[in-house]
Amino acid sequence: MRTLKDLLRDGRFRFAFTVCLVLLALSVMSFFSPYDPYRWNVVPRDLPPQWPHVLGTTSTGQDLFWLLTFAVRNSLTMSLIASMFSRVIAIIIGLTAGYKGGKTEKILMFLSDSFLIIPLLLIILMFAVMVKGRMNLLGLGLLLGVFGWAWDARVIRSQVLSLRERDFTYTAILSGSSTLAIVFKEYMPFLIPLVFATLIGNMSWAIGMEIVLAILGVLNLETPMIGTMLYWAINYQSILLGYWWWILTPVTTSVFLFIALYLMSVSISEYLDPRMRIQRIGRA
Amino acid sequence: MRFFKTYLLPRILMYFLVIVVGVTIVFIIPRLLPIDPIQQMIGQITSTGAYLDPKTLDYMIETLKELYGLKGTLWEQYWGFWRRLFKGDFGPSYFQFPVPVISLIRQSLPWTLGLLLTTTVVSWILGNVLGALGGYFPQKSWAKILDVISMVIRPMPYYVLALSLLLLFAYLIPIFPLGGGFLIGGRISFDLRSILILLKHAFLPAMSLILIGVFLWFQAMKLVVQSVKNEDFVSYARLGGLSQSKIVSRYVMRNAMLPQITGLALSLGQIFSGALITEIVFSYPGLGTLLYNAIFTGDYNLLMGIMTMSIFVITTSILVIDLLYPIFDPRVRYR
Repeated sequence: MRTLKDLLRDGRFRFAFTVCLVLLALSVMSFFSPYDPYRWNVVPRDLPPQWPHVLGTTSTGQDLFWLLTFAVRNSLTMSLIASMFSRVIAIIIGLTAGYKGGKTEKILMFLSDSFLIIPLLLIILMFAVMVKGRMNLLGLGLLLGVFGWAWDARVIRSQVLSLRERDFTYTAILSGSSTLAIVFKEYMPFLIPLVFATLIGNMSWAIGMEIVLAILGVLNLETPMIGTMLYWAINYQSILLGYWWWILTPVTTSVFLFIALYLMSVSISEYLDPRMRIQRIGRA
Repeated sequence: MRFFKTYLLPRILMYFLVIVVGVTIVFIIPRLLPIDPIQQMIGQITSTGAYLDPKTLDYMIETLKELYGLKGTLWEQYWGFWRRLFKGDFGPSYFQFPVPVISLIRQSLPWTLGLLLTTTVVSWILGNVLGALGGYFPQKSWAKILDVISMVIRPMPYYVLALSLLLLFAYLIPIFPLGGGFLIGGRISFDLRSILILLKHAFLPAMSLILIGVFLWFQAMKLVVQSVKNEDFVSYARLGGLSQSKIVSRYVMRNAMLPQITGLALSLGQIFSGALITEIVFSYPGLGTLLYNAIFTGDYNLLMGIMTMSIFVITTSILVIDLLYPIFDPRVRYR
């Protein structure tokens, strides 16, 4: 609680926190939706924003506001699955590489370097093309998770490298702690905040990826997500037909979402960096 | 000789290793999945109502296996894949049938390379100069304005930014064309009009790539400069009475540039993916648009060709950056 209060002193974090709360509220509202998001032609088509259709309706006869609630919920869930899963991989690889050193480290770092260098978008696309439309949220999350760990594994490794040289490591070794105990009991507390900051960054990457995959039509296009909303808006030529409310709803939402996630991760990592924190206290 | 052994040799080894890993992934993925492209293709043909008797069907499957390199054991297929790769043969494209994939790629690669090269170089230089100034003079008002802009643009994925620019400058304020690389059906010649049209079509895609790039490098450079600024040699230079501009350009920037070069090499893969996405948004006639067509027609050969080609392009450019690195860092040269 105190951490949150400290963080909220930062204007950027306040903004990000508010946006995230609004989006969370939206996704909770999806449970009370009067319409089924999988059914078309439940409301009059192509209405501009007006009561009771606050954000207007689409050419497929769906209410944009309620569709958006489902889209935000699904996109957030998917990105959480993806980033949680990739965090697990990143922690395992980063810890092993940092602690073991030697050959293991070289091989693992080569692996993560190759993952950084190879155009991942194309590989993920290839996967998605081949299972076309048959992927559910969990599948997509896991797929993105498998590919999203490389950079953060490097970050974790460098942190472990510096922890390994500190005195308490030697104390622990000399007092007979096993490797596993040292890694999980002694290092984890230092790593958790770092992992949390990278988790937010990774969520934003996953949603960006989801949008691209949806636009290319390789996701299950019936599941409402931010990307699939954009896909249908573009597919029905909403830009040329002048249905601005249709295309602008997902675009604006995603812009706010990306900025909020980014500001949140910047603000948290600055908070974690003691030098920066002192600067901020001086400023406030 | 020592320089060769400790610096060059590992890089070149890494280059080939990454290519091997990448190409192997490209080879494995389609075979890992429980989907048979040949069955899919035959399903497509029969679904259009064509009747095939069993003998023709068998013959057809054989021919398709031959064409797609799916004959023999996995090892034979793998070696065959490499052999054909060295000959630059990715098989025929499916959506423009007898045309070989390699010639389709050859048509669109120059567009992508042109766009990618100019935007990467421009945004890297611009972002670093701005970042160095912004990091050295963080209290100036223009530095603060740049900071705010970078906070908004930096987190945007390529797709969303490109789409926003398209909506703004091609639809709301129609100054630029909605898409394409040149006039439809027009011939490209070397005169002023032609070049102007080319530039007009390339402007928006280039702009969106540059915007994201500049602010990415701006932020990274700012962080590095802020830590370099407090080093002893900078205070010494300041005490020695050197002018501010000289300190920034000769001392701070030269030192802060080095991690940025490494950063460029590491993020090239993502920049490349971003360029493909941007091309799709603006239907720019490069590899991205080709990729889009390949996906929509289920053209596996073309897809694999594009992937292999991209891996070659990216790893080679990273090798070039690594080989140029000693020019900027004397410590590597004289080790």
